[in-house]
Amino acid sequence: MRWLARAVSASLVSDVLRLDKVNKFYRVGTHSLHALRDVDFVVNDGEFVAIMGASGSGKSTLLNILGILDDYDSGEYRLGDTLIRDLTEKKAANYRNRFIGFVFQSFNLLPFKTALENVALPLYYQGITRRKRNQIAAQYLERVGLRDWAEHTPSEMSGGQKQRVAIARALISKPRLILADEPTGALDSETSRQIMDLLTEINRSGITVLIVTHDSEVAARCQRTIRLRDGQVVESMIADAHQHRPVA
Amino acid sequence: MGTIFALQLVGIVLALAAGVLVVLWKVLHFRPRHVVAVLEVLGGVIVGMLTRDRWGEVFDTIRRNKLRTLLTAVSVGWGIFVMIVLLGMGHGLNNGARYSFRRQATSAIFFNANKTSVPYAGYGLGRRITFNNRDYDAAKKLPGVAHLSGQYYLHGGQFGGGEMKVQRGVKSNAFEIDAVHPGAYYVSSNEIVQGRYLNDTDVAGLRKVCVIGRPVRDFLFGNEDPMGQWIDIGDVAFEVVGVFSSEAGEEQERAISIPISTAQLAFNGSDHLGSLMVTVGDSTTAKQAGELADKVVGQLAASHQFSSADKQAVRVFNTVEASEGFRMLFFAISVFVVVIGCGTLLAGVVGVSNIMMISVKERTREIGIRKALGATPHSIIAMIVQEAVFLTSIAGLLGLVAGVIALEIIPRLAESELIRDPSVDIRVGVLAAAGLVVAGALAGYVPARAAARVNPVHTLRDQ
Repeated sequence: MRWLARAVSASLVSDVLRLDKVNKFYRVGTHSLHALRDVDFVVNDGEFVAIMGASGSGKSTLLNILGILDDYDSGEYRLGDTLIRDLTEKKAANYRNRFIGFVFQSFNLLPFKTALENVALPLYYQGITRRKRNQIAAQYLERVGLRDWAEHTPSEMSGGQKQRVAIARALISKPRLILADEPTGALDSETSRQIMDLLTEINRSGITVLIVTHDSEVAARCQRTIRLRDGQVVESMIADAHQHRPVA
Repeated sequence: MGTIFALQLVGIVLALAAGVLVVLWKVLHFRPRHVVAVLEVLGGVIVGMLTRDRWGEVFDTIRRNKLRTLLTAVSVGWGIFVMIVLLGMGHGLNNGARYSFRRQATSAIFFNANKTSVPYAGYGLGRRITFNNRDYDAAKKLPGVAHLSGQYYLHGGQFGGGEMKVQRGVKSNAFEIDAVHPGAYYVSSNEIVQGRYLNDTDVAGLRKVCVIGRPVRDFLFGNEDPMGQWIDIGDVAFEVVGVFSSEAGEEQERAISIPISTAQLAFNGSDHLGSLMVTVGDSTTAKQAGELADKVVGQLAASHQFSSADKQAVRVFNTVEASEGFRMLFFAISVFVVVIGCGTLLAGVVGVSNIMMISVKERTREIGIRKALGATPHSIIAMIVQEAVFLTSIAGLLGLVAGVIALEIIPRLAESELIRDPSVDIRVGVLAAAGLVVAGALAGYVPARAAARVNPVHTLRDQ
């Protein structure tokens, strides 16, 4: 009756992301490292979720799989209605482009491109013309409050500004999911607060946000925290809505 | 020339193949199925070349990485430049050799009668040898002789026919008189520009006909038609039947050829000959020509009773041997030059691949970012390959042009008899440049493929 239960739950709450007993092994010589053990969780549409865990807990591995950058060995990973498994490189790239926006700790903007061009880059890989994508990119830069910085290169910007550019870039392809990897790790606390405000605002506009972090203050601002230890989900805690408070 | 051209082509193809192999060997793991992938990528590159957007990406990265761009361009451009200059010089060397040999037939053997230097059959040394018409007839029967002519020296002596007074009306001058058989035409580099040369009927019939050089015609006849007119050579009247010119210059043209039989009769020569001239077929080797010369000398020694080992009795000048020696020398130099040129090309290919590999390593992060944003591996590879192709084409073209310009300038700076009109077959240049572009594309492809496999999260997580 499991299929029935799933069908019912699917009709009740639409989920963006569903992991079902996902396992991942790394083979190092004769050893086999069990990086993820039966990882099971669901992220619903519009959720704001933190994934926490010490280093070596399987965070990176999970991030790779969620970002369709790596395959897993068993189980199922569904992104929306799409089963993500054994994709060709081309399909994986296409899904990454359309479904997922990445935000990194070290921003990862292309240094030789202006803020505008950086934001527009995902649309380049969708085959949208330069004029059109620059137009759209300008709108997104305005949304993160950097309209006047469009023609500046990353080296002329502060860390907070760079992260805003990166967030604009993640949003431009209208993804269902933002995957943020320690988005505040390289920022001072005031800037971190602003970036978290921005991510919260984005989440309120209806986009699912998943933040990988080891910072409990950041996790506290999310609606739910998934904790990993030794490749297993040890806790999936729903935060008290009243606990939302600024990172200080 | 055909040989050298073929040699250049083969050399270039080998150098490129070797370069590509070196590249593939360096990066390892190249398997046949990758050829399909390469074709796919090349398709992508060609499509990319038609879209302005891809060019935008390529120019962006080129602008941003000036040093890398410069290094690649210099290594490719220099390779092509040096190759073009060396090949052109090799060609010039060949031309120079041809030019210095232009005065002489390269298939003739000359036999000049002289004095004996060895006592033989009861005769002492120092005896003067004189050839005669029977020697001509005997030599004519030898296999391997293509054309044969004797020459009667009007004033005796060792060399040439000597000059005689030539007169027409009030105009008179001294000109060289060559009393020869019709075969002499093939020994000289003379060309008939009007009428005909001497023929066997002239010799058999003791005809008083002559073929005059261009300057002789101009002097005696001005703008008049010389054909059928009569001129006096010494005290004998000869009818002009032809006019010749010579590539070897005016000196050679200031002469008149008359039938040898007529000259022997008219100028007191009985049946004497001062020299014999033989030409051999084009395919005759220096060795065969040497053997033929020995046979002719042997016949002469038998009929005139001197030792066939006597080097002085008959002086032999074998142009086949002489020119073959030079030809071999210049051929060897050409081969050397082609080898060096192709070596430079090879170094260029390896250099490009090196720079591409470093460049791709340097760009791992950029590639990771692009992948995270949805770039397919093909689009990554196509971008890098297109950059490589673009750079190598521009640099190759510049090197080609610079090389051709250098070939124009160098002969003007250093005047030399040895190098003449250095130039390079444009097909060779284009092939080399195109080959280098393909090699550059391959050189870019292999590391680009490796780079396209990087896992963005690994490269992007740590600064």
